[in-house]
Amino acid sequence: MTSNSLVYLIALPLFGATVLLLAGRRSDKWGHIFGTLMSASSFAVGVYLFIQMLGNSDGQRAMTQKLFNWISVGSFQVDAGLLVDQLSICFVLLITGVGTLIHIYSIAYMSHDLDRRRFFAYLNFFIAAMLLLVLGDSYLNLYVGWEGVGLASYLLIGFWNQKPTYATAAKKAFVANRVGDMGLSLAIMIAFATLGTVSFDGVKEHASHASTGALTAIGIMLLVAATGKSAQFPLQAWLGDAMAGPTPVSALIHAATMVTAGVYLITRSNFIFDLAPNAQLAVAVIGVITLLFGAIIGMAKDDIKKALAASTMSQIGYMVLGAGLGPAGYAFAIMHLLTHGFFKAGMFLGAGSVMHGMNDEVNMRRYGGLRKFMPITFATFGLGYLAIIGVPPFAGFYSKDKIIEVAFNAGGIKGITLGSAALLGAMITAFYMTRVVILTFAGSKRWDDKAHPHESPFLMWAPMVLLAFGSVASGFFFSRGDSLKNWLEPVVGGHMAHEAELLSPAVVSILALVLVVIGVGFAIIKYLLNEVPQVAPTDVTVFTKIARRDLLQDDFNEAVFMRPGQAITRGLQTADTTLIDGAVRGVGRFAVGAGNILRTTQTGFVRSYALWILVGAIGLVATIWVVTL
Amino acid sequence: MNPANYLYISALLFTIGAIGVVVRRNAIVIFMCVELMLNACNLAFVTFARINGNLDGQVVAFFTMVVAACEVVVGLAIIVTIYRSRRSASVDDASLLKR
Repeated sequence: MTSNSLVYLIALPLFGATVLLLAGRRSDKWGHIFGTLMSASSFAVGVYLFIQMLGNSDGQRAMTQKLFNWISVGSFQVDAGLLVDQLSICFVLLITGVGTLIHIYSIAYMSHDLDRRRFFAYLNFFIAAMLLLVLGDSYLNLYVGWEGVGLASYLLIGFWNQKPTYATAAKKAFVANRVGDMGLSLAIMIAFATLGTVSFDGVKEHASHASTGALTAIGIMLLVAATGKSAQFPLQAWLGDAMAGPTPVSALIHAATMVTAGVYLITRSNFIFDLAPNAQLAVAVIGVITLLFGAIIGMAKDDIKKALAASTMSQIGYMVLGAGLGPAGYAFAIMHLLTHGFFKAGMFLGAGSVMHGMNDEVNMRRYGGLRKFMPITFATFGLGYLAIIGVPPFAGFYSKDKIIEVAFNAGGIKGITLGSAALLGAMITAFYMTRVVILTFAGSKRWDDKAHPHESPFLMWAPMVLLAFGSVASGFFFSRGDSLKNWLEPVVGGHMAHEAELLSPAVVSILALVLVVIGVGFAIIKYLLNEVPQVAPTDVTVFTKIARRDLLQDDFNEAVFMRPGQAITRGLQTADTTLIDGAVRGVGRFAVGAGNILRTTQTGFVRSYALWILVGAIGLVATIWVVTL
Repeated sequence: MNPANYLYISALLFTIGAIGVVVRRNAIVIFMCVELMLNACNLAFVTFARINGNLDGQVVAFFTMVVAACEVVVGLAIIVTIYRSRRSASVDDASLLKR
């Protein structure tokens, strides 16, 4: 089915970004309203399309729109086309919906910033790029959006680039993303070389004829791309630093949407991963490593935004694990992605609200007892908290427990290992999230008298309340009668019936709940019943120190990639200046030197020239005489 | 008479001319020494023509004379011009080209 309205989804926010960037300071007065309107109208188009899709029967729901013939070289034909199907509409609604709420929030949050209009221009640009990413009907179209969100992320992390550390954080994110992008471009090249096409439909059709080796290669490269964009191990180090950006950016880009692009990519490429079991296993393993990695880092961070960032990393690890479990897991990965979009965006906005009231203090050890001063923030943050640790009937309970359950039922040692790791992750999640909540909202006050905590304005708490509704109800709504699973089935394939389930849903839920209670209990004992020092204690175990340093990932990257890279660059530079430049300069210097020596013979005296001519003539004659002798 | 003697004379004249060109400063004298060297060559040409019994050498001698005449015309004109402008016929004074 074709539709002409798909392009408006992207065009509206792109128009907003263009107008705001070109109009410059002239649009300072109305730029934020205009940007929000563009995002909201894109959301309206999304809702319209969604309703239209609901009205169609299961197989007829996907809609396409061909924009123009983009590349036409021999047998290589790529159209710039858009595709909205059951999978992408979920993303469209999440991106534009949560995006619009965050636009509204930013109007108040950024109200004191002189560059608010530019901020909204970048936000609109991000929405457009992210929509292009999920709406592209081929890997090449997706790639354009993929690069676009990377650029938007770079611009927004470094929005306050007058601080050198923030500019460095933006660069770090960009470089880490480039490593992942290389994976995506390689995947596209391999796909074209082996399958002869890069469109989703074409790859899906040809994948069954391709060799497993080629498909595994494509899958691994797609996984590399996903690890870069979604901050998965081993490219996760940028996400913590990305918190340098304004908090709405962290909520929108680095929690709800952009960082989930990797999960989208893997789910979208399900036809590749289903035929390449090794690549699929690699996806699941990366997911498990990251979910533990992020959770452990989250336990040690005192910066509220970095703790939430580590939590995001960990939750995306769950999604990647789900996507790595094949057709049984895709739907739950997407479900967790959507519920996470609600509760994590809500919690980030809550963190922003706390910072707003606390003079931009981010250290949780300087908070304490804020629930009396910020009741709405506390309530919405608390609902998000209950959702993320998976207390029934909040959203995380439905999505996360399902992923754990599918992991356990993946079969064999693999299932038990993945499942137990995911279960362990749930316990750690409960611990560190409880820690965040207690340090921020409970206990005694630890801030100094300069801070005057107060509740945020209406424009800030209204989006938080709406997102809190999502954290409460979305899980129940998605899983009621397996509605999301059935909705996604035409795209990602159905659940194959399992011969024997290792653990039933009820057992998994009870196990998870018990572990969550243990995690929460530990946190209460450590942070609520004991005094929390204002300065992080330094006499801690070596494990805590390592966790505070992001599990040494930065040190590892620095030692293994950065320092040798720098050494190579320095060596090459030295070789360039000494060998290559030296050779070129040497030729010049030789010519000049030789000229200087020869010049001394040019005395200007006729008689000396005559003498030289005579000597030459005599030399010539002598030579001839010697030769003929 | 042994024709080789003419060649010795020729070599002697040539050497005198060459030494004169190198050691004297006066342009006119140098010019005359060049003429001396040309005539030494002419003598050698003619002698070789005599030794070999053909006229090639003599023909070349005529050519040399023609060229020498042209050279005298041009060279004397240059020397006179230099003398007029610099009030000196010393070749060491005309050494502006080195700068």
